[in-house]
Amino acid sequence: MAEPSPAALQGGLLLSGGLRPVQPGGVVLAARGVSKNFPAVRALVAVDFELKAGEIHALLGENGAGKSTLIKVMTGVYERDGGDVVLAGRIIHPAHAGEAQALGISTVYQEVNLIPTLSVAENLMLERQPGRFGFVNWRRLRADARQMLARMGLDIDVSRPLGGFSVAVQQLVAIARAIALNARVLILDEPTASLDREEIDLLFAVMRDLRAAGLGIIFVTHFLDQVYEITDRITVLRNGQLIGTYETAELSQIDLVHHMLGRQLESASHRRKRPATGAPAADLVSVRGLGRRRLMEPLDLEVRAGELVGLAGLLGSGRTETAKLIFGAENADCGEVRVAGAAVDTSSPRRAIRAGFGFCPEDRKVEGIVPELSVRENIILALQARQGWHRPIPRAEQQRLADQMIEALGIATPDSEKPVGQLSGGNQQKCILARWLVSSPRFLILDEPTRGIDVGGHADIITLLRQLCDEGMGLLVASSELEEIVAVADRVAVLRDRRKVAELSGEAVTRAGIIEAIAQ
Amino acid sequence: MFKSFFSERTLPLAATILVCLALYGWGMIQYRGFRDTLVLGNLLTDNAFLIITAIGMTFVILAGGIDLSVGSMIAFVGVLIAVLTRDFGFHPLAAAFVALVIGSLLGGAMGWLIQAFDIQPFIITLAGMFFLRGMAFLINLDSVPISHPFVDAFAAFRIPLPGKGWLSASALVMLAAVAGGIVIAHFTRFGRNVYAVGGDRASAALMGVPVGRTTVRVYALSGFFSALGGVIYAFYTASSYPLAAVGVELDAIAAVVIGGTLLAGGIGFIAGTFIGGLIQGIIQTLIAFDGSLNSWWTKIVIGGLLFTFIVMQRLLTRSFVGLRKAA
Repeated sequence: MAEPSPAALQGGLLLSGGLRPVQPGGVVLAARGVSKNFPAVRALVAVDFELKAGEIHALLGENGAGKSTLIKVMTGVYERDGGDVVLAGRIIHPAHAGEAQALGISTVYQEVNLIPTLSVAENLMLERQPGRFGFVNWRRLRADARQMLARMGLDIDVSRPLGGFSVAVQQLVAIARAIALNARVLILDEPTASLDREEIDLLFAVMRDLRAAGLGIIFVTHFLDQVYEITDRITVLRNGQLIGTYETAELSQIDLVHHMLGRQLESASHRRKRPATGAPAADLVSVRGLGRRRLMEPLDLEVRAGELVGLAGLLGSGRTETAKLIFGAENADCGEVRVAGAAVDTSSPRRAIRAGFGFCPEDRKVEGIVPELSVRENIILALQARQGWHRPIPRAEQQRLADQMIEALGIATPDSEKPVGQLSGGNQQKCILARWLVSSPRFLILDEPTRGIDVGGHADIITLLRQLCDEGMGLLVASSELEEIVAVADRVAVLRDRRKVAELSGEAVTRAGIIEAIAQ
Repeated sequence: MFKSFFSERTLPLAATILVCLALYGWGMIQYRGFRDTLVLGNLLTDNAFLIITAIGMTFVILAGGIDLSVGSMIAFVGVLIAVLTRDFGFHPLAAAFVALVIGSLLGGAMGWLIQAFDIQPFIITLAGMFFLRGMAFLINLDSVPISHPFVDAFAAFRIPLPGKGWLSASALVMLAAVAGGIVIAHFTRFGRNVYAVGGDRASAALMGVPVGRTTVRVYALSGFFSALGGVIYAFYTASSYPLAAVGVELDAIAAVVIGGTLLAGGIGFIAGTFIGGLIQGIIQTLIAFDGSLNSWWTKIVIGGLLFTFIVMQRLLTRSFVGLRKAA
């Protein structure tokens, strides 16, 4: 089939000539056996997906499931390696997002891609400003913009800059822009991630209206409650494969969570046996009502000396947010952190380090290591920060600590002067661990300690974590891998939709137990 | 209407106008001579080349860039006009036309380099600054008088104002340039695209704004306006000197920022730049009227004003949700 020019497609669309009109309930957009490979990764494996006109369809899956790849293939951001994308009965080959938009597939991302310094009206009308000879007809521009927003029940001053409005309003403006381009399919990629409840209600009202008007809406979200509140059907992907498409009303939450995480045999418990010491150790760190609006509901959490507490939950449930709040990398707006019974100020990472905290972040490339610095320099970073920069650690002492850690953790590096950026992922992670160990924290927070690390490194790090507990340190480990949590944790705090929903301990710490807690 | 006038975008402009009126008012209270239109006429004339140059700079900064080559452009254009009229028998107007075309082309070339190779505008226009200053010296090492009946007539032209003041030809050209700048910025699609590119480059590209073309045109426009500034400067002083207008690029940037344009781009007004240029002139005049103060006090006061305005901008951008770029 010859590639039709975008202009021809747009013309055809406007006249409804090239594309058959789709009745409500008919399939408006479909992926048939779509595959996409990246170097070393099969991101999508023969995935089928169908979106009906007049439905809201949730696209769900954990990290790496292939949600965004599927969306990008359907909107022309990526070229597919196999299969077909069918819009209203016709196979399409959009070459970029603009072409997909001209065909009627519009996408609104979580991060609003509009221009905050321009007025709302200009944002809505930017590429089709009315006027002639290059001059802008301001009156008509504002009137058209007002009309576009009125369709969504939004009445705001369109001449004010967009950046002055809340994220929710910006989101709605982005949607108004998207559907004004004769959209038949609207893709919303995590639109609710930074909205509060009233704003979500406003967005949902608009989504229901659009559904009633016959639009097909794909809704990507991490919030299970919202899935059940607004969607008609659910498609679950896992590891690039289609798990299934279900009617929302007929799928129980526990089945949904099982579909997302995968049903695996309960592995034999590797769980540490806590030495039965009679009276439980006193709380080392206790978190009381710590939270931040729009980020995390207030939560309580205790970690005792020599105990490893796991943070479990689906993607987007608030694991990383909790870790950062406790360490002061995000500012809490309520609650407090107590260490050994006394309140401590953890309003910044620096203060938290002074209080004896350590934090290994999730994205070690961005937030953890300094790749250009040597292994030695990376290892002494936190200790030096804790001592204050006016009291430098003598070079010989630095060398001793670095050599000791390289040996103790088995960091595979020819010498302590190699830039950390040149080491493998597992060894980088060990360097970050070493950094906190030399500053001997009382309490160490690890976010996804084994992500991107090969099997051997994985086992090393798990063993290390256990040793640290045995030495009396308190550990908080956030992980998306339930097996890992089950293997190492004494106690597990289960998060869902940015809330702590359960706490499991002892024999209750099993994969099934955690899934049940998430789905309850 | 009143409410929307004092929105986030117009607040810096309102502050600029207020500062301008306060300074002028203070001068009128302090000094009898300040009350005459003679001061106003002189302000418009003496700062004409600076304000014209700053208009081009406003477009560049609105689009999120910077142009350091404008001061050298003024000197280069002056020398070029002087040599063309003296040695090649050009009419000064024809020489000015050649200078404007060359200025626009050079500006556009810098814009193309910035755009095509994705290079910091700072460094490209810094190169342009050295290049043009060098070219000015290459053409002529010394000061050259421009003697031509037209230039004499240009310098002598005046429209009387009520009182003792008068509007010079320089001032009239400058006022026309300001009007032209306002039309381009606020009433053309190109102007809106400039604001869009400066507000968020990546989003603008996603929304179908021709980012590359807009960038090239913005620098061409700055080349044009700085060349026009150079023409006015040459006609006004009836001479040219390769070391003329050293540091004017920084005065122009100061006029733009004091005029309420966001250094990060996306927000600002040509009218603000006009007033920003006037404020610099008023401060200079006030210090001259005082008589006891060293003229370098002008720089100190302008420095202080700049500090104030930059901090104000920072506070303002913070209130914007979703503004990803740092100011």
